[in-house]
Amino acid sequence: MDDLNGAGGLPGADELVIAGERFGSRLIMGTGGAPSLDVLDRALAESRTELTTVAMRRLDPEAPGSVLDLLRRRGIKVLPNTAGCYTAGEALLTARLAREALETPWVKLEVIADERTLLPDPVETLDAAEKLVADGFVVLPYIGDDPILARRMEQAGCAAVMPLGAPIGSGLGIRNPHNIELIVESAGVPVILDAGLGTASDAALAMELGCDAVLLASAVTRAQNPALMAAAMRDAVVAGRAARLAGRIPRLRHAQASSPSR
Amino acid sequence: MTHDVIVVGGGIIGLSVAWRAAAAGLSVAVMDAHTGGGASHAAAGMLAPVSEVTYTEEPLLRIGLASLDLWGEFAAELDDPATPLDFGTSGTLEVAASADDLAVLDDLARFQDKLGLPVERLTGRECRRLEPMLAPGITGGLLCARDAWVDPRRVVTALRVRLRRLGVPLIEERAERVEDIDAGAVVLAAGSWSGGLAALPVRPVKGQILRLRGPKGFLGRTVRGLVRGSHAYLVPRGDGELVLGATQEEMGFDTTVTAGGVWELLRDAREVVPGITELELAETYAGLRPGTPDNLPLIGPVPGTRVIAATGHGRNGVLLAPFTAETVVRTLTGGEPGELAAACDPGRFAP
Repeated sequence: MDDLNGAGGLPGADELVIAGERFGSRLIMGTGGAPSLDVLDRALAESRTELTTVAMRRLDPEAPGSVLDLLRRRGIKVLPNTAGCYTAGEALLTARLAREALETPWVKLEVIADERTLLPDPVETLDAAEKLVADGFVVLPYIGDDPILARRMEQAGCAAVMPLGAPIGSGLGIRNPHNIELIVESAGVPVILDAGLGTASDAALAMELGCDAVLLASAVTRAQNPALMAAAMRDAVVAGRAARLAGRIPRLRHAQASSPSR
Repeated sequence: MTHDVIVVGGGIIGLSVAWRAAAAGLSVAVMDAHTGGGASHAAAGMLAPVSEVTYTEEPLLRIGLASLDLWGEFAAELDDPATPLDFGTSGTLEVAASADDLAVLDDLARFQDKLGLPVERLTGRECRRLEPMLAPGITGGLLCARDAWVDPRRVVTALRVRLRRLGVPLIEERAERVEDIDAGAVVLAAGSWSGGLAALPVRPVKGQILRLRGPKGFLGRTVRGLVRGSHAYLVPRGDGELVLGATQEEMGFDTTVTAGGVWELLRDAREVVPGITELELAETYAGLRPGTPDNLPLIGPVPGTRVIAATGHGRNGVLLAPFTAETVVRTLTGGEPGELAAACDPGRFAP
């Protein structure tokens, strides 16, 4: 965004700020689905992400040579998540284990309602969020694209809200852009579009709708060329953010000549 | 110095290397406190480079195909009535449990076509004509006729018999330091434990795997199911055993069998082959695959040491045993390792 700053379009650096912590990149990555650690490593490098989420279940934080080593080596902040939890109770347990193992109060809260859709359970998620906030966690909850629920999460003290674009891993893009706009409109904390993105235009759209960041994994890790897709996502997020800040022209029903006629 | 070569590790890789090295006229010994007790004891024995091909992993495919070609002769030499291997060559049938899973298989088939791999696309009904135990809900599949399978536990037994006949001693000790081993060359084939014996990026990747038992001929070939994006496979044995695997977990050296691991395997397998619920659950087990950062094995001299690596085979140790043995023996006898082996050079991770 250096060029934009130079042009006077933006006051100061355009950083993402979550719970007082600053990030130069607005692309948050997930680590699931990569065929190998090397492929993941190259994709993370291309993405230039500064924050990456890791599923704490089925991972021993002490084991050498794991994805955590890779993130430490690259200096990427680890955002532990509670993927695979179906109840608030499990999520609390997983979050506390992660806090102890990784020495971070940050957690991406994910409480899934059923295996088929992997949609988040709103009641369990809110319940877990309230308890985790009370316990001193910095909570980033994964939620449906419901503006009211987003507001309730913010009221509960969450540091950001993470509405989905579409079900996890589906690659369907943003199915309800209007709801995402409504969430953005009223949110006082960062809005991070999480889940369902398939390709670069989806990430750009999220940013054009006013999201503060996007989180994606499968779209990159399961692509035919993950590193190249990571580069595409990086650029799409920057482009979408710039477009949002630049302010798009109104949509008109008929042509309007670009050169002045008189 | 009592031996030309000491092989550290008596799994399928170490025993194969020792066998081929002894056959080439070298004096060899194998060192392992629990021969055949590592990943070889857990492995299902799929020899399936075609059905398991993945984007970004074409070098692994090439090596896997080369090793599959070697397996026929390797098995023929090992197989005898006293030590049958249960070597099957009727391919892998990869099936989809839903329309979404079929879309993923279609994408895989396009990739396989592009790579010139022989696969046949089948409808759900065609799949069920090949394997009547498949669920009616199967939406379609791919027949990878070139794939094969073998029983790794029987391969270990057969290799031990061969080594005994060739007079290769088995030193029943755990190697603590490879530097102290008195031999012309040391081959490091210690699987997940290799990283503790040399500066190699090998990490354990846990796999939980089940053995079911039922009537012979329950399945005619290996069936791989794609169920809501996750894979479960069933490998048949001639004696009615059916191997169901496997989870992939980054849990260090933990080998606990968990309720969730067993449940997920059974859940997915039941969607593909409902009748498995009637079979005996004969064994639950967890083993450790020796993983590397790029999923390619480490085969060849370790820079700055007299160690020759034969490790890091990940999910493909059984498949890659003949190729590994051939490459290591070439190195031991002063030959060129060959073009394909270049991708496995341990020097690629040198700092």
